[in-house]
Amino acid sequence: MPVLHVVPFYCGTATDLIDGLEERLARVFGVRVEHHPPSFEPEVAYDASRGQYNSRILLAQLLRQAPADDSRVLGVTALDLFIPVLTYVFGEAQVNGKAAVVSSHRLDNALYGLPASHELLFERLCKEAIHELGHTYNLVHCHNAECVMTSSMQIDGVDLKSDRFCSRCKAALRHNGVC
Amino acid sequence: MSTHEANILVVDDEFAVRDSLYNWFRKDGYHVHAAENATEALRALQDQAFDVILLDIKMPGMDGMELQSRIHTIDPEIAVIMITAFGSVETAVQALKQGAFDYVTKPIDPDELSHLVHRALEQRRLQKENVQLRETIDEIGAADTIVGESPAILKVLELIRHVAKTEATVLIRGESGTGKELIARAIHANSARRYFPIVPVNCGAVPNELLESELFGHEKGAFTGAQHRRKGRIEMADGGTLFLDEVGAINPKMQVDLLRTLETKEFTRLGGSKSIKVDFRIICATNEDLEVAVEEGRFREDFYYRINVFTIEAPPLRSRPSDIPLLAEHIVKRLARQMDKRITEIHPDAMQLLMDYAWPGNVRELINAIERAMVVGTPPTIQPEDLPVWGKRSTNSFSGESLADVEKDHIASVLERTGWNITRAAEILRVDRVTVYNKIKKYDLRQPATRGGKK
Repeated sequence: MPVLHVVPFYCGTATDLIDGLEERLARVFGVRVEHHPPSFEPEVAYDASRGQYNSRILLAQLLRQAPADDSRVLGVTALDLFIPVLTYVFGEAQVNGKAAVVSSHRLDNALYGLPASHELLFERLCKEAIHELGHTYNLVHCHNAECVMTSSMQIDGVDLKSDRFCSRCKAALRHNGVC
Repeated sequence: MSTHEANILVVDDEFAVRDSLYNWFRKDGYHVHAAENATEALRALQDQAFDVILLDIKMPGMDGMELQSRIHTIDPEIAVIMITAFGSVETAVQALKQGAFDYVTKPIDPDELSHLVHRALEQRRLQKENVQLRETIDEIGAADTIVGESPAILKVLELIRHVAKTEATVLIRGESGTGKELIARAIHANSARRYFPIVPVNCGAVPNELLESELFGHEKGAFTGAQHRRKGRIEMADGGTLFLDEVGAINPKMQVDLLRTLETKEFTRLGGSKSIKVDFRIICATNEDLEVAVEEGRFREDFYYRINVFTIEAPPLRSRPSDIPLLAEHIVKRLARQMDKRITEIHPDAMQLLMDYAWPGNVRELINAIERAMVVGTPPTIQPEDLPVWGKRSTNSFSGESLADVEKDHIASVLERTGWNITRAAEILRVDRVTVYNKIKKYDLRQPATRGGKK
């Protein structure tokens, strides 16, 4: 069975969501999940001018931690991520690669002054983690609004889509040996 | 344009920006290309076409502004989005004035970037669609052209070219459905009057008592029911061409009025007293023998000579069977577009049927036959059974008129339809199989090479 290495770091309010997330990912991708501490110092990705963490650098670090097999590695954090040129990202992944990272920072109601909801945060985190891992299996953004691979730039977009792949994306995943 | 077909070029000297945008757009399913500077970008533009270019304004060497102007020269329809640092918005506005699609300020809000690229691609898609529609309109506009390569039709085309540049009155003769109006329109379209209207009047379709008012117009109260002043066709044709189809149907009284109008270039509306000046060319068409009509006194000799300055004979379709495939394909293409039906071809057997048929109704009948076939047929091919001429005796292929000739042709036709299935042919002919064999032997009928290659 393929392995998914989950690497949580600075998870903050999302710390107690990790177990549930791992279970969900194991079920969705048909993988065995292994839990690892980060082998890198996340602060290397910190950009003082922006007060955010560069997800490109975090991806590079996660890649170093990934074993040289067909497994995937997913970083999970509550840090605010960005890629140079963009103001923020919910997560990032290598298309058809090994590594992905997802952040709960902008998925949390607290950031928008809304009442905190652990359930909502968990669902959003699951959707974005599934979405980013989908990219590592060579899936690109999907035009089906309900598919988890739909691109969501804002939090309401994340809420609108489901946590499932549409039939086309599912077929593409199967083609890539998943599920 | 679907995301997966769109090509995006990212031009930025900063690796981190290039790399980020490259990966960002790849996740959206775009084909992405990244260039470090203007030279690389221009090289990429030589190699492939891009729909959207994201361009950093500040770059060493040729900067974004200059590159944007070069891109605009190479392909003004590429949507260029300028990337600018906070504080250099004025430069970006300058880029917009030079034709850039829009600009974004670093760091870019992902939502804004996504919307911007979608909008740029949508504009690009609309531009492409616009070009395609224009091409389609041009094709539709050119659809009603004279099609054919036979000597008969080439002669007609030569006559059209010859007479179009003159002001001569033209008489087009030919059977019904041979495209006389098409010839008239071709003359008009190639004449100096082409920017003015061609006004057709089917004189045979309008009763003579109404034709007068139709041609000359009328003043209010000119006759019962004339509640308003109305311009006639002659007035409408001012500057252009008046096309009188079935000119033989005009009565002698009106022929006098028309002759006077042709001579003086002036006329008066019915019930009016004011003389109106007009400048028009007249083209007439007829399927009647006007010489006989003149002899019989139905057609005035002076009017006949006035309209018969230059004659073009529209050849019947049976005299140019070699044009049928070209015509048929042209009609299929045109109707497929009009009917939005994906029929693209005619089966060789169906084409043979079309070529064998005598087409007494000429091109009009051919159009109707193909239109019917396209209604009943299944895309992409018109089959013999879709054609209304299916099973009709081909007058072209008749070998003779004796009873034996007719019998031979009929048996051959039934055998062809049944694919030389003797039992089926015998059933249709209501004779026994032995009789069919005897007739085949008697008339020396031979099975042509079948579709499957069997003999």
